[in-house]
Amino acid sequence: MSYEILKKEELIPGQTTMLVIDAPQIAQKAKPGNFVMLRVNEHGERIPLTIADCDAKNGTITIIYLVVGKTTAKMNTLKEGDRFADVCGPLGKPTHIEKTGTVVCVGGGTGIAAMHHIAKGHVEAGNRVIAVIGARSKNLLLFCSELSSLCPEVRIATDDGSEGHKGFVTEVLKDLLETEDEVAEVVAIGPVPMMEAVCRVTKPFGTKTTVSLNSIMVDGIGMCGACRCTVGGQTLFACVDGPEFDGHKVDFAELKARLWQFTEQEAESTEMFSKECRCHGGE
Amino acid sequence: MAGNKKKIIRDRTPMLLQDPQVRAGNFEEVALGYTREQALIEAGRCLQCKKPTCQDGCPVNIDIRWFIACLVDEDLEGAFNAIRRTNSLPAVCGRVCPQETQCEGSCVLGKKYEPVAIGRLERYVADTYAARSPCEEVTDLSVCALEREGLKVACIGSGPSSLTVAGYLAGRGIKVDVFEALHEPGGVLIYGIPEFRLPKSVVAGELDGLRRLGVTFHTNWVGGKTVTIQDLFDQGYNAVFIGVGAGLPRFLGVSGENLVGVFSANEYLTRVNLGRAYDFPNYDTPAYRARRVVVLGAGNVAMDAARTALRMGAEEVSIVYRRSEDEMPARREEIEHAVEEGVKIRCLCGPMTFHGDERGRLNALTVQKMELGEPDESGRCAPVCLEGETEQISCDMAIVAVGTRPNPILLEATPDLGLNKWGYVEADPETGETSIPNVFAGGDIVTGAATVISAMGAGRRAAKEIAKRLL
Repeated sequence: MSYEILKKEELIPGQTTMLVIDAPQIAQKAKPGNFVMLRVNEHGERIPLTIADCDAKNGTITIIYLVVGKTTAKMNTLKEGDRFADVCGPLGKPTHIEKTGTVVCVGGGTGIAAMHHIAKGHVEAGNRVIAVIGARSKNLLLFCSELSSLCPEVRIATDDGSEGHKGFVTEVLKDLLETEDEVAEVVAIGPVPMMEAVCRVTKPFGTKTTVSLNSIMVDGIGMCGACRCTVGGQTLFACVDGPEFDGHKVDFAELKARLWQFTEQEAESTEMFSKECRCHGGE
Repeated sequence: MAGNKKKIIRDRTPMLLQDPQVRAGNFEEVALGYTREQALIEAGRCLQCKKPTCQDGCPVNIDIRWFIACLVDEDLEGAFNAIRRTNSLPAVCGRVCPQETQCEGSCVLGKKYEPVAIGRLERYVADTYAARSPCEEVTDLSVCALEREGLKVACIGSGPSSLTVAGYLAGRGIKVDVFEALHEPGGVLIYGIPEFRLPKSVVAGELDGLRRLGVTFHTNWVGGKTVTIQDLFDQGYNAVFIGVGAGLPRFLGVSGENLVGVFSANEYLTRVNLGRAYDFPNYDTPAYRARRVVVLGAGNVAMDAARTALRMGAEEVSIVYRRSEDEMPARREEIEHAVEEGVKIRCLCGPMTFHGDERGRLNALTVQKMELGEPDESGRCAPVCLEGETEQISCDMAIVAVGTRPNPILLEATPDLGLNKWGYVEADPETGETSIPNVFAGGDIVTGAATVISAMGAGRRAAKEIAKRLL
C-alpha cells in the first residue's frame, strides 16, 4: 500500500481539508462507519479518522480533517504526491444499515463528512434519508451539494442564520420529529455537545439514536482500552465495540472528560510545531 | 569438551547491571550481559550431564548441553547454530525467558548449588554472533534455502509465536508472509516489553535475521479487517498461522475506573514503547504525566509498567497487590529489579474505588486490606477481606495490569473458528491446528496471556506440522 495523497482539497480555507488517499486494500473492505488509524511520519502519533468515502474500483479512501493539533497541522503540510507513513484499516464495526423507512442523518462541523458516508449507505439500502446539517455560518457547511444530490431533503441550520434555520440542528431535528410520521432512526455525528443535545431531543420521542464516538485511541485494534466509554452502564471499547453506539445509553460527561486527557501535552506539541514551522519560513 | 573430574564452582557468575539509581532515570538496558571471560567461566560450570534435564525444561527444546559444550571450546558458531536450530529468537529469549522455572529450574547443578546461568549464556552467544548470517545454520551454506515453488504460508500477527513459525518454515524454503496490524513488526516484543529490558535494536536484529531467510513483513494489515483468512487461502496460501496475541485489556470493574488518569498497562506501555513517548515531544505520542503512581497487579507486565513510570519521572510508584509477595506471578528477578530502583510494594491491598476531582481526574484510590486465607484453585493463598479495614492512597495515575481477554477482531470475522469456554482459539495441543483445516494458532490467543517462550513453543509445534504437510 502506498498511502499516497492523490488529491488534496481545502473545503474550508485554513480549516478543513479533504484528502483522497491511495489505499486499495482498505478501499476494498471499507463500509460506512469504519475508520482508519494513520501516522503522518516516523515520529508521528497514530490518530483515528473516519472514512468519509471510498472508491473500491480506484482503490482510494477519502478522509476529512479539521486542523486541531500537531498531527493535523503536519497533515496540512503534505501535498498531492506525498505519502503517509501508515494507514491502517478499515477499523471499527460498520454502521448497522437495513431498510427501515425514514432515517434522519444529523451532521455538525467536520462530522458531516462521516455522516455523508452513512447517509449514502442508508440511501443505497433503500431508506428515505433526511439530512440535517449545521455550522456556525454558511461558508462552513460541508458536503451540501453531495447531500442534496443524494437525499430527497436537506435541512440546514446556521448559528448566524446565513443559510437555512437560524439556530441549532437540534431545533430543526425537533421540528422534523414533530411533523414526520415515522422516523425509524436518527444518526448523529459531530462535536460531543451536539451529539449529546441530539440525544436529549430524540429521547422523549423514543426514536432510536445512533452516535459515533470520537474517543482518543492509541492502537485502534482493541489492545489498549484508551477509547473505553460507558454505554448502558457497561465499559465498552469504541474501537472494537463501536465507534457507533446507542446515544441514549452513552455517558457523555465521562466521554468529554476523557477527551481532555492530554490537553497539556497537545498544546505543548502544537506550540513547538508552529515554532518549527515559523523557523522554516512558515511551510 | 569438559573434563571428567573438575572442581565444581558453586555460585553462578554474576552479570553486571546498571546501577539502580542511575537506571531508574534512563531507558537503557538494565542487564549488561557477560564478557567473554565471564561466559567461559559460567559455561565451565556445566556438568555436561548424560541426561540433560535442562533441555526437557526448555519449551522449544534447545540442545543446551551441546551449545554450552561448544562455548567451552570457544566455538561460538557451533553454539549459535545449536541454539538457532530450535529457537528463532535467541537474543530475545536470553533476556525475557523465565529460565528459573524452565531450563535453569531443571538444571542438575541447581539441586545443590546455583544452576548454570543458561539464559545469560544464550544471550551472550546470540549477541556475540548476531552480525553473522543465520542462513548457514539451515543450509551449511552462506546463502538462504532456495524457495520452493508455489509453497507459501501466512502468519497473522508478528509476535514471538508467528516469528517462530516464520523462521522454521522460511529455513526450509517455504515462503512466509507475516501480516502485522500495527506499524512495526514484533508484537509484544515491540509494544509491550520495555526498552530497558529488551532493547528494540535486539528485536530488530532478530527480525533482520528472518528477513534474510526470505520472510516478508507487511505492516498495517489487520487480520479480520484488511484481510480475512478466506482471502489468504484465495490468494494461494497453503496454510495460515494465527498468532494475534491476547489483546483486550481486563479492567477491575471497580467504580471510578474510567476516570482520567486510569490506564491499562497495555495503553501505558504502548504509548511509551511503540509510540516512544519517553522522547516526547520529539515523538508525537504523549504519555500521561504523574507524580504518584499506583500499579494494580503483580505480574511481569505490572513490573514493566511500574519501572517505566519511574523512568518517565514519577516521584513515587507503588505496586498494589491483594495477596502477598510470595504469590506474585512476576519473575523474582523482575520484582527485585523494580524494588532496587525504588518501586514500593504494597501487599494485601485490594483496589476498591478510584476517586476523582471535579474535572474527572484521578486523585486517590481506596484499598481494602486483606489477609491470606486457604489456597484457592490457582494453588496460591486466597486473599480474604479484613472487614472494615480500608486505606486511601493518594495518586494521580493508576495503571491496571490484571491481564487480558481475547481480542475479538479476527474471531468475529471468522465465525467458523472454534473457541474454548474462555473465548480463546481452540487448537490441537500437538499440532496447533484449529477447527478450520490448515489454519493453525498459537501463543496468547490460544492460552491467554503467557510467556514469550511458551508462545514460541506453540509456534514451533505448528510449524513442524505445517512443514510435514507441505514438504
